[in-house]
Amino acid sequence: MLAGLGLAGPALLLLLALFLLPTLSIFVIAATDWQFGAQTLAFVGLDNFSALFADPTFRRALINTLGFVAVVVPATVGLGLLVALLIESDRSLRGFYRAVHFLPFMATLAAMAVVWEALLHPTLGLVNQVLAAFGAPTANWLRDERTALPVLAVIAIWQNLGFAMVIFLAALKAVPQELYDAAAVDGADAGYDRLQTVTLPLIAPATVFVVIAVAIRAFETFDPVLILTHGGPANASELLLHLLYVESFDYMRTGYGAAVTVVFLLIIMALTLAQARVMDHRRREP
Amino acid sequence: MRRHPLSWPARTGRHLVLATTATLVAVPFVWMLSLSFKAPSEITAGFSLLPQHWHAVENYTLALTASPLLRFLANGFAVCAAILAFQILISAPAAYAFAKLRFPGRQALFALVLIGLLIPHQVLALPLYVLCWKLGILNTYAALILPFVVSPLAIFLFRQFFLGIPDDIIHAARLDGLSETAIVFRIMLPMALPAVIAFGALSVVVHWNDLFWPSIAITSEHLKPPTLGIIAFRDQERGSDYGPLMAAATIVVLPLLAAFLFAQRWFIAGLNAGAVK
Amino acid sequence: MTSVSLRDIAKSYGATPVLKGVSLEVAAGEFLTLVGPSGCGKSTLLRTIAGLETSDRGSVAIGDRVVDGQRPKARDVAMVFQSYALYPHMTVEGNLALPLRMRRLSAWQRLPVIGRALPGAVEVTELIAHDVREVARSLAIDGLLARKPSQLSGGQRQRVAVGRALVRRPKVFLMDEPLSNLDAKLRIEMRSELKELHRRLGITFIYVTHDQCEAMTLSDRVAVMMAGELVQVASPQDLYADPQDVRVATFIGSPGINLIGATVDANGTVRVAGTVFGLATGLAPGSVELGIRPEALHRVERAGVRTLSGRVHLVEHLGSDLLVHVTTDGAARPVVARMTPAQGRDLKRGDAVHVAVDAANVLMFDADGRRLRPPATPALLPQAHG
Repeated sequence: MLAGLGLAGPALLLLLALFLLPTLSIFVIAATDWQFGAQTLAFVGLDNFSALFADPTFRRALINTLGFVAVVVPATVGLGLLVALLIESDRSLRGFYRAVHFLPFMATLAAMAVVWEALLHPTLGLVNQVLAAFGAPTANWLRDERTALPVLAVIAIWQNLGFAMVIFLAALKAVPQELYDAAAVDGADAGYDRLQTVTLPLIAPATVFVVIAVAIRAFETFDPVLILTHGGPANASELLLHLLYVESFDYMRTGYGAAVTVVFLLIIMALTLAQARVMDHRRREP
Repeated sequence: MRRHPLSWPARTGRHLVLATTATLVAVPFVWMLSLSFKAPSEITAGFSLLPQHWHAVENYTLALTASPLLRFLANGFAVCAAILAFQILISAPAAYAFAKLRFPGRQALFALVLIGLLIPHQVLALPLYVLCWKLGILNTYAALILPFVVSPLAIFLFRQFFLGIPDDIIHAARLDGLSETAIVFRIMLPMALPAVIAFGALSVVVHWNDLFWPSIAITSEHLKPPTLGIIAFRDQERGSDYGPLMAAATIVVLPLLAAFLFAQRWFIAGLNAGAVK
Repeated sequence: MTSVSLRDIAKSYGATPVLKGVSLEVAAGEFLTLVGPSGCGKSTLLRTIAGLETSDRGSVAIGDRVVDGQRPKARDVAMVFQSYALYPHMTVEGNLALPLRMRRLSAWQRLPVIGRALPGAVEVTELIAHDVREVARSLAIDGLLARKPSQLSGGQRQRVAVGRALVRRPKVFLMDEPLSNLDAKLRIEMRSELKELHRRLGITFIYVTHDQCEAMTLSDRVAVMMAGELVQVASPQDLYADPQDVRVATFIGSPGINLIGATVDANGTVRVAGTVFGLATGLAPGSVELGIRPEALHRVERAGVRTLSGRVHLVEHLGSDLLVHVTTDGAARPVVARMTPAQGRDLKRGDAVHVAVDAANVLMFDADGRRLRPPATPALLPQAHG
């Protein structure tokens, strides 16, 4: 029936124009030396990529990003799970706790980044004021190359913990009460035993999903870098997506930026595919 | 969920831990509000949560007047609404076609949709920037809206829902003389309302909070959405008073937070729907 | 062999009472079934015995030990759940072994990887594996030990659930509607297996079901519960022939008992729809309900002392029997009579028919549903035609 093609037509054409062709063109542009606005371009093959991996800024950004993700993911997932378990374990104030912990995820990150800047201000900020009151060492959090990236990690954990929590809450609710009863009769009724025998195994699919989803979000961190540190000081907090932005749109080194984009795309696609593969696996197992 | 309620020491422990984490999580919000109520002298003076003299009116007024904050918010509303409208308009018929109609290449074309789901949007920024430039729409509302008018996620989610609607309803509609387009918008969409609402919540959240694409596509102040607007305000106010800046941040964050608190169910459903893919 | 004793168990969920003071003695080694319609509280009672629910009032004793307040694992009971509640991520062997691992290994020894290195862990684990294999063999599931629950059929899962309960050699075996998720044929097969299991093990079985047929065929005694109360506890036979309450009479037996409204006048004469029904009672005047089982009604040529007359509404051919539904003046719903094909062969819808009953087969219930046992006056008892 041609009606089908007619109805799906606009969407498919737009998909082609706005998703698929642009993606292909990224690969093409990455193989050129094009600078945006220039009249000519030349094919340089993989030169951009070899330049990329030789560039200390890119290497720093990649290492920073990998380290960033390696810290943010376990912390976010762990905290999210802990909070979800605690919330689910009793009825009182459930809705309140759930709402409060989820707020950071809903709050526009750009605006909250500005607030974090105020919080982290060396003299006026709450963090240093509290630390000073306790006699603990303070720091110029965003300007010190030892603390800039960790601070961004804290902000990322703060923002994403609600997301992890919500997914875990749904998964915990889906565990059949009868399994806990059977475990109680079998002797596994203490907290740790319940977790190991019933809870953790049964929320394993959700756990895998959350780990990958948070990893993807961590790789896509951009707002705080742009607003708070610009990748500095001295590339200490440079992350991949921000580098992509800077190379492509600040420096207009379009070909080079496209190469960064390709690296970014491959990483995210690998994660998304892994997630789809695992979810499909789990869904097929009845 | 347990049948036995917790013993009181366990319940107290739970409250202690959760209250601690909740407080830590809430700190930025509390600080934001606190500063937005204070006068400059108090901000620099020392640590206190509540101000001695409420400077709220001045701060908020300044926030609204020193930069076109309301304009930014209006831009945000308009752009998010337009994007969602286009997304539904374009994706729903496609979802219906994939779910209920047969046409050559249906499998292969749906694979394209699935590939679209895999691609993160930031990757498209560069080529889309070039496209918008070629079309001459850079630095216009069109630039903010165009890249998002088709949503693979919407097609996927709606198709999923439509698959569950019995075919007989469609047969009956056809017998009643409805065209296929009419079937999509008069029958399928209204029946899929939960999915539409969930997706709508997700779409609004994503696009209201988007900083990446607007910072590439927009330079003129009067077009800026809230995310760009708050940064512009921050750059403008740099070095001076935090009060109005925090007031501006509060105003930017408020619409989504308020919507969330009133309709938690939809937002969480939207989140889970996005997770389903 | 262990008895179970329940004294005055009461429980409410919020304002809704679910159990209203239930007392029950289960003899050691007996197969007792709790039966009743959905919502009558039988599952709640079973869970209270297991320790999965705490009652608001009352006491549970297992053997001679009062177990109130004790957690399920301390009560030495085993339970089979309606949906089997098998651990989906463990193999059959893992499922069967878990109760033994919880009891015989310390928390340290149960830790993954390092637990096995601790002293004693290996020996205990081997013993556990041996016990698991034995139980699996006895239930004919030893070929399935490596599979996961999702790879098993319904009947196989049920056996694994039973095995997991048995592996601990419990003193009391609790079952919460374990057959209701199986198809009809499998259900009948498993029924006889459970009966055989009970015979072999000799331990106390407490079984919950809403299916009165299951209750009747499996049990030594049946406890009928309605709306949170224990209405009658008796052997299946006594329950059928001698119900204490009209609710028990209607619940047990298929097709259900016929209930016919009647009045007793000042002389103690029983009338059905105005006509004298030949029962001598000595009851006070008022309204009563007569309960007559379908097989107690037999066809007669003409109206007599204790007959019901009416028109055939429906004839159901069961092969070996006929069920004839007769609309009469006395009853709101058609009266069902069971007769042989010979007796009813010419009957069709609309035919006039008379059915009669022996006095001894008429159960009488008062207006509150309680069973009436009036002394019969032999001289006044006319015999029905055969």
